[in-house]
Amino acid sequence: MSKGILYDATKCIGCRQCEQACATENGLPYDDKIAAQEFTSAHKYTAILTKDDKFMRRLCMNCDDPACASVCPVGAMKKTALGPVTYDKSKCMGCRYCMAACPFSVPKYEWEKAVPGVRKCIMCSKRVAEGKQTACAEICPTGATKFGDRDALLEEAKKRVHDNPNTYLHHIFGEEEVGGTSVMLLSSVPFHLFGYPTNLTDRALPMYTYQVLSRIPDFVPLFGTMLGGIYWITHRRQDVAEAEAKEKEAKGGAR
Amino acid sequence: MTVPRMRFTFWKAVFLVIMVAGIYSSYIRFFHGLGASTNLSDQFPWGLWIGFDVMCGVMLAAGGFTLTAAVEIFNIKRFHSIVRPTILTAFLGYLLVCAALMYDLGLPWNIWHPLVMRNPHSVMFEVAYCVMLYTTVLALEFSPIVLEHFHLHKALKIIRSVMVVFVILGVLLSTLHQSSLGTLYLIMPNKLHPFWYSPLLPVFFFLSAISVGLAMTIFESSMSSKYFGRELELPILQDLGRVLVVVLALYGILKFEDFYHRGILNLVFKSSYEQRFFLLEILLSVLIPLGMLLVPKIRESAQGLYLAAVLCLLGFVTNRLNVAITGVETAVGGRYAPKWTEVVITAMFVALGFAIFGLAAKYLPIFPEEKGHIPALRSSEAVASEMAVPVHAGD
Repeated sequence: MSKGILYDATKCIGCRQCEQACATENGLPYDDKIAAQEFTSAHKYTAILTKDDKFMRRLCMNCDDPACASVCPVGAMKKTALGPVTYDKSKCMGCRYCMAACPFSVPKYEWEKAVPGVRKCIMCSKRVAEGKQTACAEICPTGATKFGDRDALLEEAKKRVHDNPNTYLHHIFGEEEVGGTSVMLLSSVPFHLFGYPTNLTDRALPMYTYQVLSRIPDFVPLFGTMLGGIYWITHRRQDVAEAEAKEKEAKGGAR
Repeated sequence: MTVPRMRFTFWKAVFLVIMVAGIYSSYIRFFHGLGASTNLSDQFPWGLWIGFDVMCGVMLAAGGFTLTAAVEIFNIKRFHSIVRPTILTAFLGYLLVCAALMYDLGLPWNIWHPLVMRNPHSVMFEVAYCVMLYTTVLALEFSPIVLEHFHLHKALKIIRSVMVVFVILGVLLSTLHQSSLGTLYLIMPNKLHPFWYSPLLPVFFFLSAISVGLAMTIFESSMSSKYFGRELELPILQDLGRVLVVVLALYGILKFEDFYHRGILNLVFKSSYEQRFFLLEILLSVLIPLGMLLVPKIRESAQGLYLAAVLCLLGFVTNRLNVAITGVETAVGGRYAPKWTEVVITAMFVALGFAIFGLAAKYLPIFPEEKGHIPALRSSEAVASEMAVPVHAGD
């Protein structure tokens, strides 16, 4: 059963305890200065954004079919069966294709380090594997961030929108975006106000490259044969000419 | 006599300055990290080193596979005399791309990881394998030049007997990874501007690689004739110019059809940041060179061919930089310009390319013997004795 997170912005009070708990869980520094940064970075995996009296959370969406895992040449990024998209620095070679490919620009880089790695929310993969909630969901005092089975959370989100049609946007962000994400968002104001992209397709992004890549195994023998065939045909005349020359030479030698 | 000598010293000085600055920049890169040496950021994880050193580097080295395919596979013999310089350029180009990649990778000592940690769903994985294998193929295609120089005729014979396999493999691998550099961007439909994001990206990258392969060969031959005092093979370059016309026309028509079917032709006439870069690219890469080369007088003159080729090269370099940088700027909400250290290191690789090409051309048999041109240096006796060796070896 795939797990997920439902963030309901209408229930969020902007206390930033999720930020604090996330920092503690991942061994990241956290103080007032970092709390004031309303963006994610290599040392801040989740951030609460404020706009007037509205809040929004940014974190890795942990896509169902993540672009980052699909593009990683060495498989350092992985989608686990439980939902989290994890990162293994020991495999990474630092090409940063994951950062370029992510539709939400989630993965961040340790630019200042001589031995850098990619940093992002990994949906507390260890805790989740142990059957626990993510740190952010556990600490949330209002239930704005809720952890559970993705299917159950989606049903609940739909019910909330259905029961309060005037409160919520009729859009569960993450239900369909890029093929669905483990993290889903509810809000009363448009998501693009907080930097979420609005031009996303409902198709899983890895399909865009896979539909080309998957043809390569068929292409190689066909194209190889074609090149070999052209060579064979274009060099036929030359072979004939050489053979004839040799014959003449042989005759000449015999004489 | 004094004028070329002066010029030689001037370029030597330029080379030296670039190398010193390059070594200092390398120190910053490897001891203080990417943050200190580049303007890369979480918004722009890829910059000049990927956009120019890798994307343009691979593209500019496309002459190798274009010309080997023409001569070895299609058996167009009149291009034979210019194959070697293009193989040298390609081999050098790929070695420099690999070296530049070591600068851009965050953990360059892990560059071998794709060998054992495979993700066949990754375009980058496919490109890594193709580039690795093709660089090996280029080394083998280049080897006869070295073997000839050291008169290793037995090894030469063995290599030549299996060369056709490597030639076919080389063309196949090049077709795959030249187009795959475009496929890399197919996963960014919401990030890359519609001028450059197209389902046909791999096809555009492949066709432009062939155009650049031809243009680069014209450029290279013109430069060689200027700086190595070689006779210009004008009739050959005129033929290349004709082929270039056809490939550019195909590229241009496909670009138009693609824009038409995606309904973005109107964007071309609407002023925007991207529009200016797109117009620059399409004018330099296709429209102006095509217009020039369609005029027989220009196409048949050495200067006209050279100018059209240079514009075409600049145009497709702009194209790659647009795909890698300009095209994503609006989506990620920012502008990127390289730091001086990034520029210096890129300049270092370009300078190394020119310098090593010059050295190889001086010491290795890159250019064919010119009839009645340099016989003073290489006596007919020496040539004859060389010719005689294989006969003895065959006894």
